[in-house]
Formats: sequence, structure tokens, C-alpha cells
Amino acid sequence: MAHESESFAYRLWRYDGAPGELIPLLQSAQDHFGYIPRRAIKYIAEVTNIPESSVYGVITFYSQFRLQPMGKYVIRLCAGTACHVSGSKLLIDTAQDELGIEVGDTTTDGLFTLFTVACLGCCSLAPVMMIDDETHGSLTPAAVRKLLRAYRRREPSRGVPEPAAASSP
Amino acid sequence: MKTVLVGMGTCGLSAGAQSVFAKLRALAQAQPAVSEVKLTGCIGMCFREPLVEVRENGTRTFYGEVDEARAAEIFERHVRGGQAIDEYVVLRQENGRLAGAELEFMATQQRIVLRNCGTIDPESLAEYEATGGYRALRQALGEMAPAEIIEVIKASGLRGRGGAGFPTGLKWSFAAQNAGDEKYVVCNADEGDPGAFMDRSVLEGDPHAVLEGMIICARAIGATHGYIYCRAEYPLALKRLAIALEAARRAGYLGKNILGSGHDFDIKIKQGAGAFVCGEETALFASIEGERGMPRIRPPFPAEKGLWKKPTNNNNVETYANVPWILVNGAAAFRQYGTEKSPGTKVFALAGKVRRGGLAEVPLGMSINDLVYKIGGGIKAGRKFKAVQMGGPSGGCIPAEQGDTPVDYENIPKTGAIMGSGGMVVLDDSQCMVEIARFFLDFTQKESCGKCTFCRIGTLRMLEVLERITRGEGRAEDIEHLSRLAVQIKEASLCGLGQTAPNPVQTTIRYYRSEYETHIKDRTCPAHFCEALVDFHIDPEKCVGCTLCAKNCPVGAIQGEPKRVHVIDIAVCVKCSKCISSCNYGAVYKN
Repeated sequence: MAHESESFAYRLWRYDGAPGELIPLLQSAQDHFGYIPRRAIKYIAEVTNIPESSVYGVITFYSQFRLQPMGKYVIRLCAGTACHVSGSKLLIDTAQDELGIEVGDTTTDGLFTLFTVACLGCCSLAPVMMIDDETHGSLTPAAVRKLLRAYRRREPSRGVPEPAAASSP
Repeated sequence: MKTVLVGMGTCGLSAGAQSVFAKLRALAQAQPAVSEVKLTGCIGMCFREPLVEVRENGTRTFYGEVDEARAAEIFERHVRGGQAIDEYVVLRQENGRLAGAELEFMATQQRIVLRNCGTIDPESLAEYEATGGYRALRQALGEMAPAEIIEVIKASGLRGRGGAGFPTGLKWSFAAQNAGDEKYVVCNADEGDPGAFMDRSVLEGDPHAVLEGMIICARAIGATHGYIYCRAEYPLALKRLAIALEAARRAGYLGKNILGSGHDFDIKIKQGAGAFVCGEETALFASIEGERGMPRIRPPFPAEKGLWKKPTNNNNVETYANVPWILVNGAAAFRQYGTEKSPGTKVFALAGKVRRGGLAEVPLGMSINDLVYKIGGGIKAGRKFKAVQMGGPSGGCIPAEQGDTPVDYENIPKTGAIMGSGGMVVLDDSQCMVEIARFFLDFTQKESCGKCTFCRIGTLRMLEVLERITRGEGRAEDIEHLSRLAVQIKEASLCGLGQTAPNPVQTTIRYYRSEYETHIKDRTCPAHFCEALVDFHIDPEKCVGCTLCAKNCPVGAIQGEPKRVHVIDIAVCVKCSKCISSCNYGAVYKN
């Protein structure tokens, strides 16, 4: 989600020692690879002279950074206050059931990664979920299932059968 | 010539405004002489999104729940035909007077910070300037000495809108006084409080107001570099900020020798990386510096040693957005609103169980009841007002019985809560107050940076106790234990996260002790919220016998023939919620 159009490689190349560049570099790496692979940590450490262990420490502090590849679609279910009192827990249960995974995991077909997020700031539309950069509000369990199936239908080549929950009549 | 504006803040977009915008644009292109279609930020009436305004000669007509079909109708009958469609109108403003179904939502509001939100195109510098934008900056750079700027802000009585309410003018004067070759202006746009979206709306709807406020601050304190630290969960805000910065630079409002004043200043955007604690200013600085977001001890305060140990002024988005208005209209005009100790207005994000949830800017000192009933329209689905949660995880729950409390920096703290950044989540009688305390501790526990033992371990212990209680495993000494821990954590924490994490627990024990006792002694949840303490039932009035729930039940607890009412055997039920989440008829409920 970085709004720089420069690639990760370019940013590494043009790094000039300016302070405060570590987190933008990590964000750029994640935008490029979809997560932060081992070698990206190595490149960043070499270029910035920050020890790899310190880079690793920063990565593991912030919840945005992933050390494992994510699914094609990253689902963020809001678990903020307004969403919580409007039934977000049920939606989290529904999403876990529909995808056959737990929060934090990725589906075996590599399509979806499921996270909960503390607050997306769309409280009037509670309960809310983001899939990549698209926000969906006023959700019900049925709506969540419908949305996830619609995303799955975009990927005919994956051909993985739909998970446990029976389809609507 | 009519102007059609489509509300394209994140709320509008997630309700479907993008396709409405595209539809209207296409229709307008076919008829260029009749109208132009523009995008605008958050109009505030989020409960009626997507919103479309038709504007002509000072009359503003707002339509709600606009989908593509309705948009086409509005274009045909109102824009081309000249006749408004009353049944779709939610609000009308004619010659300064308001009318329409949602009149009450807007009638008592005073939009200073939100002056341009929902009115102008946030991606157009020209429109910002047309409504008086950057006039304050010209004034500040042209006619005023830096010390004068600070005096005006001091005289206005503006207090930090991020939550602490520290007098802004005073804060600026500290940074101004401290010598330094390099000083920084930082804008805290991290807005991590669950339930808060005021800053998001301002950044998406009127980013230039924030930039102008920051540039004026830079002039006042003598800073040459600025940072906006915006959370990554706000992609649209980041995008609009980037557009605004580019435009401001091209126009000479940022960069070297701004407007010929000899003052240099530019702003960089720093994206947050998903840590609530980085809303705390010293943790924010650590994050900008590329470190783990751990708070630092104060003193020295940021005005003396902040970002990279240089004098820094850090303020919230809303605080900066007030500055241009105050400079143009004067401190006395600002003091016309609000109370003596809390002058001005405050933007509130009204959410939860109110009928009208959205963005409202009101003079400080308005009562909680007025906010909930006059603006919020009361509680939806015919339920009862129980409490309002203010101040996010640092705040607390104020019971409905205290509804006449004025909302300002003096009165809210007397209830045990804090006003905070403006998030107001309204709770009804279906909410368990013990569970909401658990919810907040769950949040603060995860977000604790880990530096201070009492915060790191104490919040975990509090959470464990609350989880036991909501599971029906409470012990007689739990309430005293929680109260003791709360005091210890507050005293031994370095930053605001730990110092306020116990607030939700303390306020709910203060006002809802009986709910705690019922959970502990009777092992029941009076609000029927805590899953472990309720049973799942099927409403025979709603069940159509589709058999979905029975098919999905992992333990075979549901019996029923197709097309006949189904029944849950509560002895077998493991309360996994699969039945509720499978039912398309809302027939499964908890009791």
C-alpha cells in the first residue's frame, strides 16, 4: 500500500544514508514480494548498515509486516469496538468456517489470508471487512460467505472444492 | 448549471459510491451543459450512504442510499428535469436553512474542522483556495511575526484534540522557545482508537486544512521539516494526502522560500505499520526514526528533545485543522463556541447502536444525551440506551444515567472516563459490560509494546481474570484483584497506553458492579451476550426448516425435518455459533 511508485530495488540502490528509512524500506519490500523474505532482510541490512537482528526486531514489532507469503487476497475483518458490539465475532467465526482456516493462516490453495484488525475507521457501517483495498460494510454472516465465494469464483484454475459449510438452498 | 457531488470517503466507497460516481459521470458527459459531477469527502451522514448532493445557486439537496438506478433517476428528474425527488431526499439546505428527514442530525452541528468536508473536492487545491484556503497562511507569513501567531492560538484556548487536551498555544510556545538548528512539526494521524474515524474523514475530505495548519505551526516555531504519520489502514487518506502535498508544492505553499517569506518547510508522509502504541507521541517518533515503537521517558518533552532529539511540536490532525480557521476568523470567534475552559468545537465519531451513526462536529459542552438523542436519533431497533463508550481503550463507559454530563475536558473526567479523541460508541441493553471490559483489555494487551513490566504482564493478568469471569469461572476475590491490579498498572507504566488501559475495567466496576457479581456468583450474563453463559435457541416464528443449521452443526445438536421448525438440544450444543452463521433467516438466537 505504499504510494511510492519506486520499486524496492530502486529504493535500495538510491539509499543515501538518510535517517528513518528502515520502515519505508520494509514496506517497499513487502509491497514487492508480498511479504518480507529472508534475503530482503539481508539486502536492507547490507545497504543501511543496520544489523539483521535489529531489522528482524522491527519487523516482528509491527503487525503489518509478514515473514511468510500471504494469500492472493488479504482479508481484514474489523474487530473494533463498533464492529464488536455489532457482531463481528460471529463474522470471524463465519469466515474461519467458510475458509477452513483460523485467523492468521492462509488457505492451502493460497487464495486467502485471514486477519482481524483492531479498527478500520468505518464504524458507521459496522460490521466491516476489507479484502485488499476494498472495504465492505453492513455485513451479515450470509453476506460474508457470499463475498468470499464471489472472490473464489474469480479463480477457476485453482479448482479446489468449496469447504465444509453446505451451500445455500 | 448544477453541480452533482458524490460522497467518496471510505464509508461512501464501501457502500458503493464508486459505481454511482461512474454512472453519474457517464450521464453528465453526455450532457455537458447541464451539470458537472465531482467527488467530495465525508458528508457526515454515514448512516445514509451512498450520498449524492445536487447543488444549484446555493440550494443543496442531499440524497441518500443512492445506487446506480436511483442515481439515474435523480439525474433524469432533478438534474435535467429540475424537479427534486422528495422521497429520496435526506437533507436540504436553502439560504442557510435546513430541512428534511435528517434535519436533526445537522441542525445543532457547528462545522469548523469539517467546514470543507463534503463540500469541496478534496483532490482540488483550487476548490480549497476558493473557500478561503491558504488565506491564513498568507496572513501568517505576510503580516504576523511568529510570536503573534502563537498568541492568537493561545488566546483562542484551542486544546489538543488527540485526547490529552493540552493547550495548543502553550505547546507551540515551548517548541518556539527552545533553540535548535533543526525543528520538526509532526502530525499524529495514527488514529488507532477502535471506534474513531474523525481524523480519517478530515484527511480524506480536506487534507489541505491539515497541511495549512502544519505550515503555520512551522512558521510559528521555526521548523523546516514536517512529518505526517498516518496509519497504513487508511489507504485513501494516504492517497489524498500525497495528492495534496504535490499540489501544495507546485503552488509554492511548501518547499523553499514559501510565498517569498524566506521560510523553508516541507512535509513527508510516514506510513504506520500496524502498532496502536505508535499513536503515543514518543513511540511515534521512534517509529519515524525506524525503531520499534517503544515510548521514551519524559522529561525531556518533545518540545525540547523530540524527533531525533530535536525540538518537535506534535499535534493531532483535528488540532491542525482548526488553526487556519482561527487565524482568519480570530480567537474571539473561536471562543464563541464551547465553554470557557473548553472553547471551540469537537468532531465526534458517533457509532454503535444509534440510529444515525456518522460524523458530527458540535460545540464542546453539549450533553451526552443531546449527542445520543438529538444527533444520533436515539437507539435503534427499539432497544434501551445503556452506556456510551468514550475515549477508546483509554476511556471508559459512562452509563445512560449520567447522560446529562456535558462533553468537554472538565466534566467527562469526573465520570472516570476521558473524552479522548472523539470516538463515541453507543451501547444498548444487549451489551454485557464485563465483556466490553474484556474486549478492551484484549486489545490493549495485544498492543502493549512490552517495555514496562506492569503493563506487559499486568494487562495479561487482568485479561485472564476477565476471560475467566465471562466464561463462568469467576472467583469471589476477582473484583478486588482487578481493582488492585488496575491501580498498580496505572502507577507503574511509562506511557498513556499502560496508564489508561485499566480505565474500562475501573469504570465498569464502578457503574456495573452488579453485572460482575452476577457473572461470578450466578454464572449468568444478564445481557445474554457472553457466549459461554447463554444457550442457543431457534425461533420457531422465523425458522423455515431449510436444514442448513443441522447440516453444519459439528456435534449433531440440531434436529428437524425439512420444511419443519428445527430445535437445538442445548445439552449437546457446544456453542460454536456455526448455526447462527449459517442461517439466512436470523432464526437462531442466544438467551
